[in-house]
Amino acid sequence: MTLMELLTQSLEIIVAVAAAPLFLGWINQCRAWLQNRRAPSVLQPYRTIRKLFHKDAVIANTASPLFRITPYIVFGAMTLAAAIIPSMGTRLPFTAAADAIALVGLLATARVFMALAAMDIGTAFGSFGARREMMVGFLAEPALLMVIFVASLISATTSLPAISEHLATAALGLYPSLAFTAVAFTMVLLAENARIPIDNPATHLELTMIHEAMLLEYSARHLALMEWAAALKLFNYACIGFALFVPWGLAAGAVAPTALLVAIPLLALKLALAGSALALVESVSAKLRVFRAPEFLATAFMFAVLGLLVHLLLGA
Amino acid sequence: MSALPVSPLSACLGLLAAWGIIGVAGLVRPMSVRLSGRLLFLAGAVCGLALALVSLWALELPPEQLVLPIGLPDLPFHLRLDALSAVFLLLLGAASVGISVFGAGYFRAGEGTAPGLLCLQFHLFLASMGMVLLADDAYAFMFAWEVMALSSYFLVTTQHRIAEIRRAGFLYLLIAHMGALAILLCFGVLHGGHWEFTFAAMRAGHLTPLWATIAFLLAFAGFGAKAGLVPLHVWLPEAHPAAPSPVSALMSGVMLKVAVYGLLRVCFDLLGRPLWWWGLIVLAVGLFSAVYGVVFAAVQTEMKRLLAYSSIENIGIVCAGAGLAMVFAGLGMAPLAALALIATLYHCLNHAFMKGLLFLGTGAVLHATGERNLGKLGGLMRYMPWTAWLTLIGALAISSLPPLNGFVSEWLLLQAFLFTDQIPRAFINMLLPLGAAVIALSAALAAYVMVKFYGVIFLGAPREISLMEARDCGMLERLGLIWLAAGCVLLGLAPVQVLARLNAVSTLLVGTGVGQHAQQWWLLAPLVEGRASYGPSAFFLGVLALVLLTAVAVRIFYHRRVRLTGAWDCGFGPLDSRMQDTAEGFGQPIRHVFQPFFRIERELPSPFDHDPKYRVIVSERIWYALYEPLARIMRRAADSVAWLQQGRVTTYLLYSFITLLLLLGVVLA
Repeated sequence: MTLMELLTQSLEIIVAVAAAPLFLGWINQCRAWLQNRRAPSVLQPYRTIRKLFHKDAVIANTASPLFRITPYIVFGAMTLAAAIIPSMGTRLPFTAAADAIALVGLLATARVFMALAAMDIGTAFGSFGARREMMVGFLAEPALLMVIFVASLISATTSLPAISEHLATAALGLYPSLAFTAVAFTMVLLAENARIPIDNPATHLELTMIHEAMLLEYSARHLALMEWAAALKLFNYACIGFALFVPWGLAAGAVAPTALLVAIPLLALKLALAGSALALVESVSAKLRVFRAPEFLATAFMFAVLGLLVHLLLGA
Repeated sequence: MSALPVSPLSACLGLLAAWGIIGVAGLVRPMSVRLSGRLLFLAGAVCGLALALVSLWALELPPEQLVLPIGLPDLPFHLRLDALSAVFLLLLGAASVGISVFGAGYFRAGEGTAPGLLCLQFHLFLASMGMVLLADDAYAFMFAWEVMALSSYFLVTTQHRIAEIRRAGFLYLLIAHMGALAILLCFGVLHGGHWEFTFAAMRAGHLTPLWATIAFLLAFAGFGAKAGLVPLHVWLPEAHPAAPSPVSALMSGVMLKVAVYGLLRVCFDLLGRPLWWWGLIVLAVGLFSAVYGVVFAAVQTEMKRLLAYSSIENIGIVCAGAGLAMVFAGLGMAPLAALALIATLYHCLNHAFMKGLLFLGTGAVLHATGERNLGKLGGLMRYMPWTAWLTLIGALAISSLPPLNGFVSEWLLLQAFLFTDQIPRAFINMLLPLGAAVIALSAALAAYVMVKFYGVIFLGAPREISLMEARDCGMLERLGLIWLAAGCVLLGLAPVQVLARLNAVSTLLVGTGVGQHAQQWWLLAPLVEGRASYGPSAFFLGVLALVLLTAVAVRIFYHRRVRLTGAWDCGFGPLDSRMQDTAEGFGQPIRHVFQPFFRIERELPSPFDHDPKYRVIVSERIWYALYEPLARIMRRAADSVAWLQQGRVTTYLLYSFITLLLLLGVVLA
């Protein structure tokens, strides 16, 4: 563990935490442009978070301690996830302790705590949201694992940095299996981050909301942490996608400061492109009824399994 | 260590005998809760602790044998303590400590069986499970197996005045005996015509592949019935809710594992090397049981039934691991077989602790509220914080969330599944990674089930006024819960140390262990270097550090002001507890997605009903597709035999006369 590796590790965490709201702001801006609206500033998510932090927290008097610690746990889990995902360099000392399966487990931990906290107050919306979130989760999580398994089978490791290093340095061949899994991954990303067509982050329509329903009882700093963690989750998913499907430009091998200088702008570029693509997908698709969500996610799961079969058949 | 005057085997025997004596001592004053409840159960817990320590010691030593001159003349009991027995004895001892301590505070007078008798049954049950693990010949094994089945039957029917509980007990006894019959036949095949029923003779005997397969199928059916594999699982959701909670914990946490032990003993030890396609059968049944169990768990509305179905899921996962190990072992891929086998054993250990913890948690809830229906619970975290927080650990662990123990065994199993790309047969190569998909699906569904279980019982608003009077469990019960919760945490944080112990078993059964390919003591790296690693303690510290950092940063840079008020009611007036999601409602998405699994009867009101009732009954198709036709056939067969009973003495004399004639004919011929 050299000083440079530690530096990369901390830089990844700091950049993720700092830039996640910006990424969200950028997506919102692109969406507004596509929908012929006047766009809010890209900095709007920061302002929202700042405003929330300054407010007094209003908590239901029936809340248990679980309700109050959950925002910190969710935020901490998402930050740790940022440390595991190779967004800039692949020499990350902490990834020895947590591979891709542990990453999926970490995301699941955050989800379970969020669902439990949503059930804690005992309102109708909270438990509704928890139920729906867990429904999305039990379909999306295996699909995400399958996506990761295909990449691990190709590169013979479950360590995420090693996977992206392998895929980045391997001869630039075509992996048909990865094409299937990329589709599956995009669908999982949309579902897990409460985007259209599974959930709409912009509305509070009681019949369809999932993520927002779980946050209804949160306010002020707790809500700020939850919103920030959601932005961080989206950022993390985007980075998982880059690590699996477009790993080029990561500072691989022994890290030199110059490699990081290339990796950081490249990450910004990838995020900008991914953000506008996400906005486009969201703008052209319609929100599904909640009970169509299992079909959507089962399709994602099938795509991932198909990718696996293609890999095993073709060996690529 | 070898300088000690006793050998591990004799120490184990002594401790099992001590359990027996403790049980008998309960009969001295059968109605005294203070004697049997408090004192004897605690003594039993001490025995359990000693047993766990002795078996830890035995894991390091070579197998040890002993012949005990008890039982029938010329048929002494052969006993053997090897690494496989030792691991399961460790499980028995360690899990029983928590359960016995909890039991010491739990059992009360006036709940069915007298406390002293209960104490006898409980400790006999423990001792017989230990004897099953030590037995080295078919007689001793079957004897201990039957004592185990009978003592647990009496424990299940503790509240024998309730007809439903008697029915549940009968169903359990029936399937247990079907299983025992299959096991007996399996031993009959295994002795191979030599009339030698010691396990040593069976190991030395050689069976043709056909007979070996028959023996395997009999063992799988027999032990599968005890373990609760689909379709022989039907007794589990009936018997577990019927039994008192410490007994459910013991049955689900330990007894199901004793059945797994039997399967491993026969398939890997007595039959020598398993054939690879046996593994595929075990794997397929295991995976199906896993998904089946968890899907049914999600739609249950009774908390102990829910846990019983979750046990079916976990046993399914254990069997999938065992099946995978058999595939690898059959194909001669020892290192991978070792990995799958260790994942299996690890999950057995984990499940003993987490399911024990959850069952004991439901016991505490049951005693505090008298309610086992999820629809009448809720909000107990405020009134029973100890039970709630400790149960939370079990719920998170069984959802296989890192850094707790359920995740470690899932991780190991997934690694074993991912390694299959070296199998020489292409189609298995294609099939096995799909198994990983099923494991992932059932783990994610387990999280769903546990959010439902925990959320409905402990979170939200209490659904009944009386719940507000619920008080937390007593000190002994808390200690029992703490012991099991600590087990969940330790097994989760120190997998390297556990793996080092389990290596002895895989070395015994498949000839090799799993290596440790990392320099750091906290880093689990069982495969080739760089392939995969997991460091739960570092992981935990990482999460903890970041969570604390966030909390401190928020504190320093902002403020801690909090205003307490009522929950947000959308401006429509006060909320009440019936507006929360119910257990049925929480299971509804599962009913929707997995519809073909269920048999659903709906009763819908018409718009003109004055007293509209909506009713939905979800049951298992298997009752109607398999068991009822079977019962009908049996009844018809019994009816057709009944005409023999004419009820006249002369007819019966005629039967005797004909039989005599036939026998004479046989003798003369």
